Amino acid sequence: MSADAWIDLLLAIVGGAVRVGTPFLFVSLGECLTEKSGRINLGLEGVLVFSAMAGFGGAYLSGSPWLGVLMAGGCGALLALLHGLLCSLPRVSDIATGIALMLLGAGLAFYLGKPLIQPQAPQIPSIGLGAWSASPSVQSALAINALFPVGVLLAVLMAWGLRNTRWGLVLRMVGDSADAARALGTSVNGVRIAATTAGGFIAGLGGASLSLYYPGSWNEGLSSGQGLIAVALVIFARWSPIRCLGAALLFGGAGAIGPALQSVGVHGAYHLINAVPYALTLLILVATCSPKRAIPGAPMALGMSR
Amino acid sequence: MSNATPSWHAPAEALLLPLAALGASLLAFGTFVWLGGGSPVQAWTLLFQGAFGDAFSWQNTLQRAAPLMLTALAVALPAKAGLTVIGGEGALVLGALGCAGLPYVLPVPAHGAGTVMVLCAGALAGAMWVGLAGALRQWRGVNETISSLLLGYLAIALFKHFVEGPMRDPASLNKPSTRPLVEGLRIGPMAPDSVFGDVHWGLLMGLCLCIASGLWLSFTASGFALRVVGGNARTARLVGLSTDRLIVLACALGGAAAGLAGAVEVAAVHTAANAAVIAGLGYTGILVSFVARHNPWAIPPVAILFGGFAAAGSLLQRRMGLPDASVLVLQGFAFVFILAAEALRGRLFNLPVPSRLRLTPPPRGATS
Repeated sequence: MSADAWIDLLLAIVGGAVRVGTPFLFVSLGECLTEKSGRINLGLEGVLVFSAMAGFGGAYLSGSPWLGVLMAGGCGALLALLHGLLCSLPRVSDIATGIALMLLGAGLAFYLGKPLIQPQAPQIPSIGLGAWSASPSVQSALAINALFPVGVLLAVLMAWGLRNTRWGLVLRMVGDSADAARALGTSVNGVRIAATTAGGFIAGLGGASLSLYYPGSWNEGLSSGQGLIAVALVIFARWSPIRCLGAALLFGGAGAIGPALQSVGVHGAYHLINAVPYALTLLILVATCSPKRAIPGAPMALGMSR
Repeated sequence: MSNATPSWHAPAEALLLPLAALGASLLAFGTFVWLGGGSPVQAWTLLFQGAFGDAFSWQNTLQRAAPLMLTALAVALPAKAGLTVIGGEGALVLGALGCAGLPYVLPVPAHGAGTVMVLCAGALAGAMWVGLAGALRQWRGVNETISSLLLGYLAIALFKHFVEGPMRDPASLNKPSTRPLVEGLRIGPMAPDSVFGDVHWGLLMGLCLCIASGLWLSFTASGFALRVVGGNARTARLVGLSTDRLIVLACALGGAAAGLAGAVEVAAVHTAANAAVIAGLGYTGILVSFVARHNPWAIPPVAILFGGFAAAGSLLQRRMGLPDASVLVLQGFAFVFILAAEALRGRLFNLPVPSRLRLTPPPRGATS
């Protein structure tokens, strides 16, 4: 490959990091919020698929991508609410409920989304940060999903809110010690249901950016484990919204390697290169987890870290 | 509340709760169909007609139930050791790959012994994959649910890479496949001349392995040790059980079952490894195991029920024009209700009765 091709490849990966990383960002923020309350929602994979379908349907029927985004968030919140309510029942495990939600979300999305496979929906506009450059490859690499800045803002806001507001304190308390929260008269289940639902809404925005920006259509193979990777990503980011942003970009970059290589004409081992994010996630989990101690930063009440 | 719970409560609940959950999910599914403008009664009728209506549907049902029994074991055995492993799909596709791939690397005799060899290759591939999830959890503290799912996606990527790349049969043009197994290696039907002509020996394997797993868990020392580990890992360590080894063993055995399912799918149904193997059988197996409450003896009937619903899917599609995902929706509802029913366990016969329905005043100091 020539120097130009290398630069093109690099640019494609950098641009792809944002493009592919946006869903990761939203889902990991949603999961981060949920886990801060002491519950794990593996069902965000289902939420992602379902909200991608709902967002696409909403945008297609209303003609406005932003109504679609709202619809995606709302439907994600609904499905997550179900998770929150189910887990509040005695003896219902949050992990098992997550698996159930994965199945249910995918089933509902495929069922209701059947008529949406053909049509085109209005897309979320992109922000051209590369307008200063004359090179078309720079421009296309820096055309950024309009939802991405929203996600960045949300990450900052969440980090600030968790540390500095009363709500953030209550959320962290419920996540660290349910007994302490109960002693102070806080409804543990209430806070957890609220956090899970809000997390579902945020994850739903990730679904919208899948179906309304990149790849920008609805089909049944739209999400293949991004929701799940995002769950692992939160562990990697040690439950910090700001680090979630970095991790999402890293994983977006890893996910963009495959399409970037294809765009410069390298086609070998397509499936293996596309599996890089899964392998990376697994490697990171192996490197960060330890059987002896809880991961630093983990909410104490989280079943996973005990 | 009385102190002594009548002894029939637990078994009655074990039967009633899943049945109630299934009933509720059918009801929810009917409502869902009704909201979409379809007739729920027709959907229910077709569901059972397509599953158990005649010999042909029974044949279809049993054929689908066979791999489900095995993939359900992949969830049930680790669950008995206290793990939520859901890597059945990955183990299944690798099992299929192992089965179809063995003849590439070894001269396999084209008769019964060769069949055993390819099936073992599949089981081994599955065992290693799920065993890895167990090992990562015990030695690295990695959450096994997440790692097993990630391993599942990796397995599917490996499968596609090999089937579409190095192992592709040049004769398979539109649908990339491996070279088909030679006739002698395939698994035939159990009763070729009867009305169940398509039901293959895989069903018997599934049944036998479920029964054997149940016997192992109930009547052997190692099976008991495994259940102790699942019940309370601390206690298990205190009494000197080798928790790590037992947990990895349970995962590996479960993986072997799912791997075998993939191998049987290749040897009995598809004859070669191709994308048709990736049909979500591993995911349905999770549901089957949960409905059976991870009890190996309860798995076969549940597998037959959900195999039946899957078989009825195409009938729903043809007669009512419902999307092919309608079975997935039903499965999703079933999963949610089965978990919700868990909350009633131990309380089903002690449910608080609203006071105005009560005939006698509650005894002093009674709490529900």
